[in-house]
Amino acid sequence: MAHDTAHHESNISRIWKVFFLLSVITIVEVILGIIKPPFLIETTLISMKLLNWIFIILTIWKAYYITWAFMHMEGETKGLRRSVVWTAIFLICYLIFILLTEGDYVYEVFKAGHKSWDF
Amino acid sequence: METAVTKTGTEDKIWGGGNEPLKASYGKMMMWFFILSDALTFSGFLAAYGFSRFKFIDSWPIADEVFNHFPFLHGVDAPMYYVALMTFILIFSSVTMVLAVDAGHHMKQKKVILYMFLTIIGGLIFVGSQAWEWKNFIKGEYGAVETKGGQILQFVDAEGHRVGLKEIAILDTHKERTQHESKLGVWYDKESALPTYTIDEIRAGFAKRKDLLIRTQVLTEEGEKTILSREESLRRLQADAIGIVEGANLVHNEYGTPLFANFFFFITGFHGFHVFSGVIINIIIFINVILGTYERRKNYEMVEKVGLYWHFVDLVWVFVFTFFYLV
Repeated sequence: MAHDTAHHESNISRIWKVFFLLSVITIVEVILGIIKPPFLIETTLISMKLLNWIFIILTIWKAYYITWAFMHMEGETKGLRRSVVWTAIFLICYLIFILLTEGDYVYEVFKAGHKSWDF
Repeated sequence: METAVTKTGTEDKIWGGGNEPLKASYGKMMMWFFILSDALTFSGFLAAYGFSRFKFIDSWPIADEVFNHFPFLHGVDAPMYYVALMTFILIFSSVTMVLAVDAGHHMKQKKVILYMFLTIIGGLIFVGSQAWEWKNFIKGEYGAVETKGGQILQFVDAEGHRVGLKEIAILDTHKERTQHESKLGVWYDKESALPTYTIDEIRAGFAKRKDLLIRTQVLTEEGEKTILSREESLRRLQADAIGIVEGANLVHNEYGTPLFANFFFFITGFHGFHVFSGVIINIIIFINVILGTYERRKNYEMVEKVGLYWHFVDLVWVFVFTFFYLV
């Protein structure tokens, strides 16, 4: 839109800042994945290793920066932002909750069942 | 050029459809909602992966052992370095894309051309890397033995290092079974390729080498694969093993449960397809930028729209990277 071009400020420095941040997060993830600190593996939180929680949180953090800074979600109107982001978050959380609960249940059935699976 | 920019002739009629509550053009808004639906598709795949993983929580393959190749470093155990590099390539191509969008806002055609070119190159390198990753995965490294129940048995030496089938097998030179080819038969049918080794050759070799042990799919408390005793190893190889597996396809998988390979092919394949189509769309827009279409149109919103798609592809990869390689 023509009126857009007139008002856009250059945000090149912000782009490089976000790139730097995303790189640092990725490097931290890779380092943690390679050394796998025993403390983070032994501790579990809500039936998952602490290390995995850290990975997931770092990933969501990266996703936030990609969406907000690179995809310019921060510049969109509240209505557009919410209709995209809230819909996705709600449906994804719902799906994950249902499928992981079911997966865990199937695992228990396999384990407690009278059939042998390992032969 | 007016046709390409949404103008409905109702701009100043607030009650006649001239009101834009979301203050985004039609194309951009629809790109956002397409991305939303595509994100839900990918979430479906990743959640299904999570389901299967929870189902086999104590026997899932360890990603570090599966993806440990790096170009030109043969036999070096390099877990995750290559995917980390791929992630960087994709993030960097996202950066060049957003720089192209930024240059477009300032109507700098030359810069848009340069940055879009770099983005396309980054995308191509990424797709190529994924192809290489697939090649290694399909080819496999050590090979394993499959049991009647579809379980995978792998071989390790006394120190717990993996041992490949080719180091174990004692070739039976009096083998009667030869590969049947179409030119040999009456009906010009050929059979599928015979396995490199027979299970008996593996059994013979395993019995000879006293230091070898078998590793099952089951994970211990420490998250490592269970290693059987020598007697138990011999028993299982004798009683349960029915054939060998080399590499992975949709039915057999030397790394563990076939579901792991299925999800790997499906999710990274679907993502790779997105990168590929993203590159194609980028090329189309790139040509338009060179031709000066958007200069004449006096806005570069098309670059912004493909940029949205390209960033989305990067966004998905961030999640695939976490759930396939890290967690």
